Amino acid sequence: MSADTQTSLSPELETRRAAMALLANAPEETLKAAWDALDTPPAHTVIRQPETGLVMVRGRAGGTGAPFNLCEATVTRCVVALDTGETGFGQSLGRSKAKALYSAIFDALLQTKDWSEYVETHVLQPLNTATQAAEHQTREEVAATKVDFFTMVRGD
Amino acid sequence: MYVAVKGGEKAIRNAHKLMERDRRGDRTVPELELKQIAEQLYLSVSRVMSEGSLYDLELAALAIKQARGDLIEAIFLLRAYRTTLPRFGYSEPIDTAAMLVRRRISATYKDLPGGQLLGPTYDYTHRLLDFKLAADGELPEPEKGAYDPDADIPRVTDLLNAEGMMEPDPETPQDAEIGDLTREPLAFPADRDVRLQNLARGDEGFLLALGYSTQRGFGGSHPFAGEIRHGEVEVEFFVEELGFAVPLGTMTVTECQMINQFKGSTVAPPQFTRGYGLAPGQSERKVMSMALVDRALRCRELGEEATAPAQDEEFVLSHSDNVQATGFVEHLKLPHYVDFQAELELVRRMNKDWHSKEANTAQAEEAAQ
Repeated sequence: MSADTQTSLSPELETRRAAMALLANAPEETLKAAWDALDTPPAHTVIRQPETGLVMVRGRAGGTGAPFNLCEATVTRCVVALDTGETGFGQSLGRSKAKALYSAIFDALLQTKDWSEYVETHVLQPLNTATQAAEHQTREEVAATKVDFFTMVRGD
Repeated sequence: MYVAVKGGEKAIRNAHKLMERDRRGDRTVPELELKQIAEQLYLSVSRVMSEGSLYDLELAALAIKQARGDLIEAIFLLRAYRTTLPRFGYSEPIDTAAMLVRRRISATYKDLPGGQLLGPTYDYTHRLLDFKLAADGELPEPEKGAYDPDADIPRVTDLLNAEGMMEPDPETPQDAEIGDLTREPLAFPADRDVRLQNLARGDEGFLLALGYSTQRGFGGSHPFAGEIRHGEVEVEFFVEELGFAVPLGTMTVTECQMINQFKGSTVAPPQFTRGYGLAPGQSERKVMSMALVDRALRCRELGEEATAPAQDEEFVLSHSDNVQATGFVEHLKLPHYVDFQAELELVRRMNKDWHSKEANTAQAEEAAQ
């Protein structure tokens, strides 16, 4: 149902999707700090209260074959609406209700003219920098364990 | 038939209190925090998440703490907890080729694109106890190396596939229903999707022993560890209101592609066939065992004769779940007084009959002499 929808996302939705990925991987404390840093917190209504449930995670046989159910994961999600009308969705692995709420608000703000630049600069970019740095460190550390074995020649 | 008992509330309550005290142990020793378990006993946490079939580090750590480190008890706790949560739906299949790789090795190719990346491993250690750890040893900083940010780490099976020597992943119809053991009970014959889900939840020790048995000749299958990779993948979930699959964050998994020489059958040519293992967290032994057993269970599909225990689908899948297994084995310690009284009566009667028959025979023999 979605492999097709995924490839045909509009640039706006692609931006939103990328933002959701950053928010989903962000620590709760970072999002709370970003929320607390807002001078005038935007007025919003919680449409769907933060709720924790399960998503059954799927893999594929052989990595590329038919899908199968691997295991469930806890997921918490939330939907908010700004007084200006935009709807925001927050969802991530784990059981943090605060994180789902902040993520939903930032997702909504990203869609507004007044806030999108602020969210981009003060929330998403720092998250992106942190993610990139962590990934870079992992790849450097793993690269140091790259091994070249020599095959011994068998004697007669 | 089991006849229930009642009463004993006070003794049970007191026994649980005593257990809780013992769980805490010596109170002059600092109490374990969940973070410590999640960070420092990660391989235990991985096993509990895998066999508890629930990805949540903190809950797995809590279960391990509550179970005093009894991992099967912890797995049971997670399985019980999951029933209290609503199910939102199914994720998109994770893409293990797009993994942020922390470890990737192949036993089949020395030089392969992306390289052999040992990552954090116990392989090649001497298995000597490290007394520095007992004495609060210093922690070495990991070394750093250069990497090519644009280099892919392709699947080893794809490399063999390109040569036509690897069976392709079997094609399935787009709308084929995917079995879910948390919704439908196990039925036979079981398709590969259900078998893989069962094995992914299955007991590591049981799968290890079965995998080992295939190597020792019980359903021999000449396996090579084509590839083992471990790292983080993104999980996506389709949200109806948004119309696209939203990212839920990354999840750590371990994957094993076992490749097996196959001499061909009436339904397939000689080529390499494959067994697959996948588990949450870092669970290398588990995914290797899973891949061996997955391959063994494919005998029907590949036209092989099923002669060994690991190839017996009903035997393997019915006994792999350690929560079911421990439930049935451990229920034997619950009061069976009435059942036992009934059996005691029966055995007494049979015993008496046997003795009187013996006595009669002896008398008859005496009389005959």
